This record gives sequence, structure tokens and C-alpha cells, in this order.
Amino acid sequence: MSRFKDALDSGKFVVTAEVGPPKGCNLEPLKHHIGLLKDRVDGINVTDNQSSVLRYPSLGGAILIKEMGGEPILQMTCRDRNRLSLQADLFFAYSRGVTNVLCLTGDAVVVGDHKEAKGVFDLDSVQLLDAIATLSEGHDLAGNPLDGVPHFCKGAIVTPEAKPLEPQLLKFEKKIEAGAEFIQTQAVYDMNNFRTFMDYARRFEVKILAGIVLLTSAGMAKFMNKNVPGIFVPQNLIDELAGAPKGKALETGINIAAKMIRTIRDEKLADGVHIMAIGKEEVVPRILDLAGITR
Amino acid sequence: MVVGERKPFEEIMKMLEGHKKVMVLGCGGCVTVCLTGGQDAVRVLSSQIRMARDKDGNPIEIIEKTVERQCDPEYVDQVQEIVPDVDAVLSMACGAGVQFMAERYTKTPLYPALNTTFVGGSVKEGYYVERCQTCGECKLAYTGGICPIARCSKSLLNGPCGGSTKGKCEIDPNVDCGWQLILDRLRDLDQMDRYEQILEIADWRTSRDGGPRKMIREDFQR
Repeated sequence: MSRFKDALDSGKFVVTAEVGPPKGCNLEPLKHHIGLLKDRVDGINVTDNQSSVLRYPSLGGAILIKEMGGEPILQMTCRDRNRLSLQADLFFAYSRGVTNVLCLTGDAVVVGDHKEAKGVFDLDSVQLLDAIATLSEGHDLAGNPLDGVPHFCKGAIVTPEAKPLEPQLLKFEKKIEAGAEFIQTQAVYDMNNFRTFMDYARRFEVKILAGIVLLTSAGMAKFMNKNVPGIFVPQNLIDELAGAPKGKALETGINIAAKMIRTIRDEKLADGVHIMAIGKEEVVPRILDLAGITR
Repeated sequence: MVVGERKPFEEIMKMLEGHKKVMVLGCGGCVTVCLTGGQDAVRVLSSQIRMARDKDGNPIEIIEKTVERQCDPEYVDQVQEIVPDVDAVLSMACGAGVQFMAERYTKTPLYPALNTTFVGGSVKEGYYVERCQTCGECKLAYTGGICPIARCSKSLLNGPCGGSTKGKCEIDPNVDCGWQLILDRLRDLDQMDRYEQILEIADWRTSRDGGPRKMIREDFQR
């Protein structure tokens, strides 16, 4: 059973948020963030060696969320594990009550902090979705029957601001064909662009949660525009952040995020939002308060 | 062809420490074409080694030789008179050539002068690019003649990752996104239906994961 899946099916405006595990074994900050979020959102994503930088495992974080009474969404990349390891981790996750998985390709190894490592990519994100569907049919990827069958709620991502967009849309369609039940998008800032994307995405039977990445300064926005594939922060938002009084840029970013969430909810642009505060998880409850999302 | 790149000179010199007489053996195959392991390369490397060792007051005698191919017993045999007479052989062939030599001459140390880098071709003189990872299960018919295993940094089979932007790969803005190339080509060929089908997970046994590979022409085994 997945509380997150129930939330998706209920038709309500679904809210998820992301937490990042530590570099090491100190779980106190992570526990603190989970504590802040677990009763405010429908699911908490745990990143998986995000940006190919070594961290405490996403599975460990997801189990921690479960133990603390929250609803975890396990992020699983194909970069670090072959099909044996992926399937084994899925068994482990399911046996510990982690029943939602977000399937990702994973960043290239060389963009991270262990550049010399071997990237695995035995499967890709589409094939991982397909593999999870196979497990739920009661057998593994080699066709062997399972003693205890996992039934995950499975999701994937899409980048609505990708340039060019068409290759990503075709892959989005493959992900849905492979069984994706929900999609958490890469950050969206330009609501007109997002509307255009949703006009297309609405043709498919899948729940879409719009990605909200908290902007903390004009510099961060400019950096992402320049360096992060598929992110486009419009100039008016950069100006707004730049015009914030000294020390108040984060406050402005919080307001921008809250305003976007309101727009997406009030105009029914998407089925929900996925908030990525990237190191500023502390402020997510305030974003939710300002967006009028209360539980 | 198999492309190789010469190892750093210091590394080569370290291999030759303690040896007084060596053969530098070139290969007339692929590495001659990519200008790193043929007759000319043998001459240049041998001179460099001699000069360096002379400078150190530790001269070395070098026999320069190049055979047609080092990956073929017939040609490897051609140096059988020379090998017993040297302390070591520095092979300028690809890894296959070095090993064919090492298998044939078991009493003499064999050292590689090259790093074997990839299977590819030259887009212009002195400019070589990778095109094949010898996965053993050619998929080019589905992908417009552009290999997702060799050209996508992650060897993805079902389209570009989210790191593909403006046709370039997330690992380096100078690297083309293999999947963007494939999609552009399939569109030109009016074969986009080949992209729309989900490619199943690969069987890597045909690649390296099934152990060392062989190809046997039974009709030649009599």
C-alpha cells in the first residue's frame, strides 16, 4: 500500500518535497528535515548520490522516513548499480515499507566527486520502470519466480524546459508506456512555457507534479541558467531577486516559490508540486504556509 | 581501426629501467594508420630513449623493427631471431599485439608503449574519434547508423538523458549528445518509429561481461 499513491488517486493537489542525505553517517540534520516535512507533504523524495556526489544512500534515507512515520519516495538511479543490485535494493525497500520509486538515469559519473569511478548504466530509466513492472508480475528480470512480490508506485522525471524539447517528450512517452504512474518535473519557472508543456502532457494518463526549485539569490538563478541543462529562470524573476534588499534574497525566493505553487494549484495547471529546496529544507514549511497549503 | 596513444615518456622510461638492450617493435596495422605505432613512431621513440639514457650516462642499445601486424602469429614469428638477443621488447602495437608477442615469446618481458584507446576512425589527419565499443550486438539498424553504446556517454538505449542540452552532452559542451545525433538522423530517414519502440535491456554477455570473446570460423578449422 502506498499513501502517496492514494493521494495521487484522490484527485487532491499533491505536494512532495525533497531531502538530501548527508555526506557521511550523521543523520541528525536529515532527521530534522524529515520531521519538518513529514506531516506537511504527501511524499518525501530522497536523492540518490545526487549530481554523482557520494552521500548516505537514498534507501537508508527512505527507510528513515518510514520509521519516522512519513511517506518516502525512493529515488533510484541507474548509474551505480547493475540489474542484480537494483532488484535487490527494490526487494529491500519494499520489505521495509518503501513503496514509491522515482526512476532516474542518474548524472554522468564525471560531473560528480568520484570522477574516476565506473558508471554502470546496465539499465536506463525507461528500462528500470519496465523492470519494476516485471517484478510486480511475480518474476525477476531473468524470469525466475519471486517469493514475495513487490508492488511499487513508480514514477519518472521530465524536463519541460529542455532545449530542444522534442527528444525529452518522446522519452517522456516511453516512460509512460513503461508504466510511470507519476512524473516529477525538473524545475519550472516560466508558467507560460509550463502551460504549453501541460497542454501536451495532459494527453497522457499520468499524474504530473511540477518541479519547484527554491531560488536563493539572483546569482544562483543565473548560475543555473548557464550551467544546469533544462533550467530556465526568466529575467523578471532574476530581477526580482536582484532587487531584494540586502539579506532578503532568500525571502524573495520563498515568495516566488509560494506564488508559483498558488498559480499551479489555482489554475489547476498540474496535479501537484514537487519542492526541491536543495539545502534549505528548513524553509519548506514557510513556502507551504505562504502558498496556503495547510494540513 | 584500433586507435592507440603513446604512453607518457616517463612511464616508458620506467619500464625500461635495468635493461641494456631492447627491441622497439612497431606494428604495420591500425597504429601505423593512426600515426602512433608504425615505423616512423618506432624511429622517433627509439631516438628519444637513446638520448635520454645517454644523458643519464646509462646508454641503451635499441634494435628497431616493424612487422606487418603483431596480432598475427605469422608476422610475430618474424622476430624470433631477435627476441632471444634482447633484454626486453617494447611493443608499439595495440594491446592485442603486445599480448600476441607475449604469448609467443614467454622468456622475454614485453612492455606496451601505447595505451590502446578505442575503436574508431580518423575524421581528418591526426584526428581520431571513437565509434564502436565492440558490444557484440550491433544496434545500428535501429539507431540511424549512429551507435548509442559508443556515442552516448552513458550508453543509454532509449533516448537522451536530462543532461542533453542544445545537442551537447552533460559531460562536456564539446561532446555531441549521441541521442540527439540519432534522433536527427532518424527524422531525416523518416524512421522515427524505430525510436518510439522501447529497446529492451541489453544482454552484456556479448560485450565483455560474458568473459573473453572468441570468433571461430569452423570451415577454417580443418
